[in-house]
Amino acid sequence: MRLTALLAAPLVWLIAIYVVALAALLITALWRVDSFTGNLDRSTYSLDNIKTVLTTPLYRTVAIRTVGIAALVTVIDILIALPIAFYMAKVASPRIRGVLLIAVLTPLWASYLVKAFAWRATLSNGGLLEWLGAPVGLQSPGYGLTAVVLTQAYIWLPYVILPIYAGLERVPDSILNASSDLGAPAWTTLRLVVLPMLVPAIIAGSIFSFSLTLGDYITVNIVGGANQMLGNLVFVNAGAANNLPLAAAVALIPITIMIVYLAAVRRTGALDNL
Amino acid sequence: MRIRKLTRRTRAVVVALAIAPLLMVAACGDDGGSDEASEEAITELGENEGQVSILAWPGYVEDGSNDPEVDWVTPFEEDTGCEVTSKVYGTSDEALNLAKTGEYDVVAASGDLSLRLIAAGEAAPVNTDLVPNYENVFDFLKDTEWNSVDGVNYGVPHGYGANLLMYNEESVDPPTSWGAVFEEEELAKHKGKVTAYDSPIYIADAALYLMKHQPDLEITNPYALDQKQLDASVDLLKTQREYVGEYWSDYLKLISAFETGDTTIGTTWQVIVNAIGKDNVKAVLPEEGATAWNDTWMLSAQAENVNCAYAWMDYIVSPKANAQATEYFGEAPNSEAACAETTDPTHCETFHAGDEEFSKQLWYWRTPVKECLDGRDVECTDYSQWTTAWTEIKG
Repeated sequence: MRLTALLAAPLVWLIAIYVVALAALLITALWRVDSFTGNLDRSTYSLDNIKTVLTTPLYRTVAIRTVGIAALVTVIDILIALPIAFYMAKVASPRIRGVLLIAVLTPLWASYLVKAFAWRATLSNGGLLEWLGAPVGLQSPGYGLTAVVLTQAYIWLPYVILPIYAGLERVPDSILNASSDLGAPAWTTLRLVVLPMLVPAIIAGSIFSFSLTLGDYITVNIVGGANQMLGNLVFVNAGAANNLPLAAAVALIPITIMIVYLAAVRRTGALDNL
Repeated sequence: MRIRKLTRRTRAVVVALAIAPLLMVAACGDDGGSDEASEEAITELGENEGQVSILAWPGYVEDGSNDPEVDWVTPFEEDTGCEVTSKVYGTSDEALNLAKTGEYDVVAASGDLSLRLIAAGEAAPVNTDLVPNYENVFDFLKDTEWNSVDGVNYGVPHGYGANLLMYNEESVDPPTSWGAVFEEEELAKHKGKVTAYDSPIYIADAALYLMKHQPDLEITNPYALDQKQLDASVDLLKTQREYVGEYWSDYLKLISAFETGDTTIGTTWQVIVNAIGKDNVKAVLPEEGATAWNDTWMLSAQAENVNCAYAWMDYIVSPKANAQATEYFGEAPNSEAACAETTDPTHCETFHAGDEEFSKQLWYWRTPVKECLDGRDVECTDYSQWTTAWTEIKG
């Protein structure tokens, strides 16, 4: 019985904060707003908002754009994180490893906004990127989707490095030695031995970068030029339009995408790695 | 095994506990509408209550906590004994929701909020005879369609400013018309360097341009658009969208974009031009006129501190306080007397205060509603339709 009490408190907390909030979101999406007084009309339930979200081309375009950005950010982060994490876990001396770990973690302490605005300055006309690229004839991509992908890939990189690093730490050196003793070149060992063992860790990292990008609306405001993502549509509908039900309906899109993604990922066992 | 049994029991407890908040949510139905607005303004003032609660734009109620040099609240508190608490808001929509809570005695509202407050019964009539400083206020700001309804006055004017066209002289020929940001051949010269205000209310800027250049659309008021007129404005903005580098709602972002040269032409406020302070960045009032804001101090229908609220309204429209507040924000003050009190002697000239000709070219922000503001007998598009249209324009 004591165990029951002990477990009930955090579980109630979890359910009250997350499950009830999700349920409230779903119910809100069924309400509508009186356009004159701006009050919520809670008396009738209809699927109109969800229908609007599913049938309006705008929401489809923006949803596809958002998923595309999130996927690209995830792929870039994984490609950068793999060699860094491998070096940290298997090659570097303990001293260097400590330094690298701090280097990866420190940016997490800096404010998200500062990092986004730093990229805004870097990408601007006459900014750092243009200055660096000038000798080789490269230009800054300017503000736009490329800038969003760059900035998000930078901001979420530590969240991808850390699980992959943790996953690599769990790969025993003896297996790597055995592989090379049996005559496998380094690349083959990486490809056939290390990578398969790392898949759950990579997926765990991808959940972070993918879901965090999917819900973001601040970076795109700062460096995204005139583009918008799903988060912006939620923000505009909840704030400027005072249409909470429609905002709730739009918010269901990323939630649905994440549920599908998590369900697919669950089969790989990556969730045990979080 | 034992653990499992316990877990199952735990689950039952958890489910029971989890359902409780859901039931609570269901039980919280509509908590009833707001109180009926009193139709009559009060005729005489009583004792000050000792406190007043104010809802306003940032920079309107400064008590020195943001900048020790900027403080016009403390003298008011010392004079009247009304302790001021204030809250700032970022958008008119946010302000509407805050005002409905009834926690604020006085609200500073732009024209796209004031009529909504009146319609929602959240604003009380104001007896301007009880606001002695009201008589100083420029006549053309009094009894306007955003602070009066059916001859009943709902507030006192604070200040106003226009949405101007800003450009970088180094790369843009001085424009005289909004065509510089609406005509394709003009836009093509600055592809990716054009900016626009990021709000559905910006649709009115396009409508104003069409009003002057496409008479067959018969637009008479940029805030009263029927479906056909809205569609035409949206088409114009979709063309513009191809050339827009970024939209702005955070004015600091616009300042940085003009300073680096990422943006060279687009809508602005006078305060932004001043903040950039470069000779090559200029702003004009184009020949079509412009959209603008004009703010009103309103009395909440649920106000508990009516006397202190009147005291505040009288104080903030008084020449000295009004000069401080409008100069700090960067807009035109509400009276000639206030112009004499500004620290920068050219402030009123810069912001065209009292210039009635200038003011006549301005279309002050209003909330688009279904019942056409220009009195036509058709259904107009409302603000929620504008919002939908705006997200579609941005794509």
